[in-house]
Parts: sequence; structure tokens; C-alpha cells
Amino acid sequence: MYDMYREIILDHAKNRRNWGLLPNPDFDHQEHNPLCGDQLRLTLHIDENGVIQEVGWEGDGCAISQASASMLGEELIGKTLEEAKSITKQDIFDMLGIPLSANRVKCALLSLKVLNVGAYGQGFWEIREDEEDE
Amino acid sequence: MPESNHAFPYDIEAVRADFPVLHQEHHDGVPLVFLDNAASSQRPNQVIDAIADYYRYHHANVHRGIHKLSEEATAAYEGARKKIRRFINAASKREVIFTRGTTESINLVAYTWGRANLGVGDVLLTTEMEHHSNIVPWQILAQEKGFTIRYVPVLPDGTLDFEAYARLLRDEPVKLVAVVHASNVLGTINPIADMARMAHEVGALILVDGAQSTPHMPVDVQALDVDFYAFSGHKMIGPTGIGILYGKRDILEAMPPWLGGGDMIARVTLEGSTWNDLPYKFEAGTPSIAPAIGLGAAVDYLSSIGMEKVHEHERIITAYALDRLSEVPGITVYGPQDVANRGAVASFTMEGIHAHDIAQILDAEGVAVRAGHHCAMPLHDKLCVAATARASFYLYNTLQEVDALIEALYKAKKAFAL
Ligand SMILES: Cc1ncc(COP(=O)(O)O)c(C=O)c1O
Repeated sequence: MYDMYREIILDHAKNRRNWGLLPNPDFDHQEHNPLCGDQLRLTLHIDENGVIQEVGWEGDGCAISQASASMLGEELIGKTLEEAKSITKQDIFDMLGIPLSANRVKCALLSLKVLNVGAYGQGFWEIREDEEDE
Repeated sequence: MPESNHAFPYDIEAVRADFPVLHQEHHDGVPLVFLDNAASSQRPNQVIDAIADYYRYHHANVHRGIHKLSEEATAAYEGARKKIRRFINAASKREVIFTRGTTESINLVAYTWGRANLGVGDVLLTTEMEHHSNIVPWQILAQEKGFTIRYVPVLPDGTLDFEAYARLLRDEPVKLVAVVHASNVLGTINPIADMARMAHEVGALILVDGAQSTPHMPVDVQALDVDFYAFSGHKMIGPTGIGILYGKRDILEAMPPWLGGGDMIARVTLEGSTWNDLPYKFEAGTPSIAPAIGLGAAVDYLSSIGMEKVHEHERIITAYALDRLSEVPGITVYGPQDVANRGAVASFTMEGIHAHDIAQILDAEGVAVRAGHHCAMPLHDKLCVAATARASFYLYNTLQEVDALIEALYKAKKAFAL
């Protein structure tokens, strides 16, 4: 269990990379986890070629959710939003690199939820029929 | 401070022996320390056996058959009602309605009494320390009926603002006060008898959420002079899926029924129906027979120890827990510090570690606590914290288990390099 709190997780949770919301963001979305009250807001600056130049986020939650947001933020910089679409749940688990009990999976995936719900909801990504179940 | 469990008013090892779930390893070699009793308690063999015995030898539907088994089932079900009447000192067993739990009991009042009596221009007065089950049903009904909901503020020491309570009663057209007896987050025990008297003085009724009080202290609904009192079986060593709504008889008589169906009617014709007598008017359909019988056994168990003693045990263990928690650097405990007016819960935050991470590390040490908003989001907003960790105690918890909690908290600090 203590594996869950590996140094890298605690490092990201304590020194959250790209902390703070961006002014005039091109992407701005917030989600929360109704079960535990964790919340996360993600803002992005995207250039004319669709490349994510800057990431800024703020949130409140456990070490797992904060580390996940911090790591995902780093991952996003330099990618296009379209490329970011291919980031899967498994990618997040691999990034964290820790065993997660079932009740913590939602904490780990809150960051990806903000990205996905925001990108689909604000029309950056098109919803295709075959994706609706995901 | 108590040195040992001998300070308790009953033999705690004998009580522990009755609860099989407590005697397991949580993980390999790590004993279970169960401190999540405010969410749901554990059950003794006496309750488990009562349910098993009922299903093995006595089950049939109640209030219907004239055969032997149905009579046995009915006698056991109604016997449980009588035990519960005595436990809360209701004037009549007709005032004791079986529901699914506190949540359903409050909804029953909202959808029957509330729908008939609350309208535009009326005020329902509740508080900032309520569980969602005493807020949301009223919000739903207010949308339909157009009445206003006002909230009595919580003061920084975790008690209710009584000046505001008195003022709101005086200045607003309050028809119902809906208040929690013991807070599931702060532990605050509200002075219900006084609050009821003040409500009645302005002609309002009072509904009390007794989910966290009934399991832990003597409750006398007549002495409190409350109009409605709601509680759940599963928090008082009884089964899930069963709870009680107590209501004063004349008020219940005047209320329209809620769910319609079998058992709740006197006569049905195609043109219309008339309602059964209390309490059956509010018990439509086949009830939760076995859970009711299990709750009867739970009440027997608690009564055999005595609720005064259960309460005394909790004051001792809560005082010890508050004392030991105050030793741990970085910990903030919420709620009143005086255990005379405080239930057996300790909600806290720790600087530098989120409540979920605390709960996760405690779990690895065998200590089960809850983390989150404990179904009281408005209260957490007021406290300006998104989540707290909560240790909650019951009649089988020992001082050594408090020590295990404290040791585990130090391990959490270490894991987080604090
Ligand atoms: C103060 C309080 N009220 C109401 C409830 C709801 O009880 P139940 O879920 O059994 O209906 C709870 C339990 O969580 C509680 O602690």
C-alpha cells in the first residue's frame, strides 16, 4: 500500500507543476468527483496550429488526484489537443506507476475526465457514434 | 485520563466477544480497528441469530395469513415494534412506523405532512449542520410548494447559534423546525428539548434527525416533546434496510398516506379507498420483516447494557481520543471540545495530507475511518474544508484502538515526510 505514496507521487502532489489558472484561456473546464468532493479546473493556451503551449490548473484533492493532474499537465505541453485525444486511462495509470485500489481509480482519473469532458463538451473534439460508451 | 478499559461502565471484552466481525485480521497480521461506526455499526451474534432464526423457522408474510407461520411472523414483527416503542418511550406502538431508515423517515414527513402543510409564505427552519437527508427532501418539496428554507448558522465552536434560532422563530413564519440531534461530523449534541419548546411556543412543529443520537444515548421522545423523530437500524447494531419514524399520534392521524398499496388500506373500492389505522397507514406493501425483528434484537442488546452506560463509555473514549489527537502536530479537530455535549465522533484534518490519503494509510494499518464530506457538504463549506477524516466510536471500541489510530496517524506523517 505504501507503494501508492512513492516519492514521485508525493513530489508531484507537493510541488504541483503548472499550478495556477491561465488568463484568457482557450480551454477552460472544471469537474469534480461528487463522491469525495475532489475538484479540478484545467486551463490551456492553444496556438493557431492547435498546439498546447501552456497549461495551468488548480484543484483540491488527495495526493493521487493532484499528482495525476500535475503529470498530465506536463504531458500535454507541446501536444496538439487532437493528439491529446489518444491519452487513455491506462496511460494515466502508467504515468502514476503505482498500484491503485478500486476506490482510488476515480481520484487518478479526475484529470483525464476534465480534459475529456471539457474537450468534447466545448466542441474541440467531435463525438463519434462508436465512442459514446467510453 | 482513564488508564485502562476498566474505566468503562461494563465489561467491554464480553461485548467485543459478541461481535464476530471485530475478530478478524484486516490484512495479514494486522488486526481490524473499526472506527467508522457513524457510517454504519457492526452487529452482534444476537442480532445475526435473530434474523437467521426467523428465516429458518418462522417466515411468512405478516398481517395476512391465518396459518401458524404467519401468526408467528406477525407476533415477532409486532413484538419488535413494542420493543422499539419502549426503547424511545413513545406513548403508543401506533406512533412507531417502520421505514427503510432515517432518509426514508424524513422523506415520509416531507411528502405527507410537508406537502399538506407547507406552502408559499411558509418557512421551514433547518440548520447548517444537517446531513443531506435533512436538506434535500425539503429542497425538492420547496420547488414544488414554494415555501422558503432558512438555516440556523453553526458557530465556530461547532454549536448552533441560538440567538439566531430564537430570532428566526420570532421573526419568520416558521411552520416546521427540522434539526439533527447529534451531528455526524461535529459530534455536537443539540439541546432538543429546549429547541422543541421554543418551536412549539410559536406554533411550529419539530422533526428531529436521530440517526446519530438513538444509537448512542438514552432517547425519550415524550420528555423531548418532539413531533417527529427519525433513526436508522444499521447505525445501532441492527440490520440495514430498517429504520423508524416516530410521530405524535394526533399529527400522524391527520396526515395523508404516502405510498399506496396493500396493508395500508381499510377498504378499497373502484371508486376510492379508506386508510388503515396507524401505524399501518404508513406501511404499504410487505414490510422488511426480518430487519425489523433484527432491530428488535438490537434494541434488546443495547437495553441489556443500558443506554446510560453506552453513553458513558462513549464520553470516556471520546475524551481520550480528543486528548490524544490534540498531541499530534498539524491536526485540527472540528466540533465542541466539551464531551458532555458531544457524540462519539472526531472529524479532523491534518496539515499537508488530504483526508483521503490519511484514510488510505490508516487502512493499511488496519484502522477503518471515513474520509470525505460525510453527506454534509454545506457544513464542510462552512468549515472551509473540502473533506475531513472521521473516526467514530461505538460500544465495543477500546482505548487501545484509539492508540492504534494515533500511531497510524504518525505513520501517515512519516509517509508524507512531514
Ligand atoms: C445525521 C445523519 N442523518 C441521516 C443519516 C442517513 O441515514 P440513512 O442513510 O440510514 O438513511 C445519517 C447517516 O449517514 C446521519 O449520520
